[in-house]
Amino acid sequence: MKKELTCIGCPLGCTVIVTLDGDTISGVTGNTCPKGDAYARKEVTNPTRIVTSTVRVSGGAAPMINVKTASDIPKGKIFDCIDAIRDLVVPAPVSIGDVLLADAAGTGVAIVAAGNVAAQPDSPQNTASGA
Amino acid sequence: MKNYDLVIIGGGPAGLAAAVSARDHGIESILILERDRELGGILNQCIHNGFGLHTFKEELTGPEYADRFIRQVKDRAIEYKLHTMVMDIARTDGSADKRVTAMNRTDGMFEIRAKAVILAMGCRERARGALNIPGYRPAGIYSAGTAQRLVNMEGYLPGREVVILGSGDIGLIMARRMTLEGARVKVVAELMPYSGGLKRNIVQCLNDFDIPLKLSHTVIDIEGKKRVEAVTIAEVGPDRRPVPGTEERYTCDTLLLSCGLIPENELSQNAGVVLNPVTSGPVVNDGFETNAEGVFACGNVLHVHDLVDYVSEEAASAGKSAALYLQKGAAGDTKTIEISPQNGVRYTVPCFIRPNQMEENLTVRFRVGAVYRNSSIATYFGDQLISRRKRPVMAPGEMEQVTLTRSKLNEFPDLERITIRIEENEERKAGKTE
Repeated sequence: MKKELTCIGCPLGCTVIVTLDGDTISGVTGNTCPKGDAYARKEVTNPTRIVTSTVRVSGGAAPMINVKTASDIPKGKIFDCIDAIRDLVVPAPVSIGDVLLADAAGTGVAIVAAGNVAAQPDSPQNTASGA
Repeated sequence: MKNYDLVIIGGGPAGLAAAVSARDHGIESILILERDRELGGILNQCIHNGFGLHTFKEELTGPEYADRFIRQVKDRAIEYKLHTMVMDIARTDGSADKRVTAMNRTDGMFEIRAKAVILAMGCRERARGALNIPGYRPAGIYSAGTAQRLVNMEGYLPGREVVILGSGDIGLIMARRMTLEGARVKVVAELMPYSGGLKRNIVQCLNDFDIPLKLSHTVIDIEGKKRVEAVTIAEVGPDRRPVPGTEERYTCDTLLLSCGLIPENELSQNAGVVLNPVTSGPVVNDGFETNAEGVFACGNVLHVHDLVDYVSEEAASAGKSAALYLQKGAAGDTKTIEISPQNGVRYTVPCFIRPNQMEENLTVRFRVGAVYRNSSIATYFGDQLISRRKRPVMAPGEMEQVTLTRSKLNEFPDLERITIRIEENEERKAGKTE
């Protein structure tokens, strides 16, 4: 079986063809440099992506906080990862690096804040309860 | 009227880096004026990763990249005002100082006297009105950047079934973003025969989600009276006119436009700053100074960048140069050398250099006008070839650069013009010497 990919290593964008013999790669052609070979092998055997999205914030100066996976996750898990955070609501304040979900969709990778949202001082959540 | 040595207009990546650099080069009195609710500019809505690869050697999201610079500004206790709109920059009588008129809700309308000004207002998107798309004018037509702000910062999804016109990076990024949020992106149409976006974005934003990219296509009709109901696209010929019989109709509720960015220079023009018609940004010298003394420019207001790292780098140079101007005044020596963009080089930034004031190494940035393969970037001092660098591929979407050195320039005391041009590589024949 042959798989055709576009290399993203540089603006050249080589069309790289990977020949598969079952699960083993028997050949990589079309690349102009070793980067293309490495990229194509990884894309065919274990493609991964960093996923970025947003999560709703309660009591914050802004309604949304942007988040990312702490490291790359398998490409096939992108939508599971998005589903896992769809209904998540986190209380403000949120700062860069805060872990908002320890394990995104069984990937073992955490969802972390990739921005800052301050607490809104007049939000009911942040007002002293008088206790 | 309040007095500052340096007023920086815009608190995005350019304004922040310029402020930090000016302070590090000895300027105490600095004020940044920002119209949004926070510092960071457009980076705050660019939640995808890939920022800062050159500067920090890691892939940050836009807000993370902005945060690094916002911290530097706060650590240095550089003054800034948010929610503040600058209305005018004018000369003052009898001095090179500038009068900056601005307004916000707490101070009302106010004036600031500044010895120097750095323009860092960024750019805006080309809107539907500038594109001459036929059809109705229903709701559901957004610029890609507006949709980006709505989704990423306000938490609203602008539509469910989407067609995108233009394959600039924001359009590609939004194709993925809308898909992840549950919308269906049916097609991305691009007028040109090549994409204006980065290869990486084509692969990771379109191919990953099986979103088709139709090159040499444009929107020829928009249907729907209240809300977009359908969009018709057609192939265009080499003259960029629609080819009859190639029409395809897509039912959708949303059309996103990602059709180019325009530097936002109304303030600059009021201040008498001369613009380059190719970039729509100010004409600047090697110190990023415009024709108006003491007025500098950097970032997307100068020319639209694809990498924020280069914005920060240029802005730091502009900040340093403004600091030097504030400390030493205008240089008495007015000798300049023009950089002439030719044969495929659309423009250069800077447009001219001062051989006696420039830094030892100067990065000249430019864009090419078409896709070039197996070509070289050639630099000439007068008629003499100085450097020729092979580039396997160059495209309008990727900014190119050439480094000029002061020591080399000094070998040419009577030089009046530097030429940068694209030249095709000739196959070297055996035995032939060049």
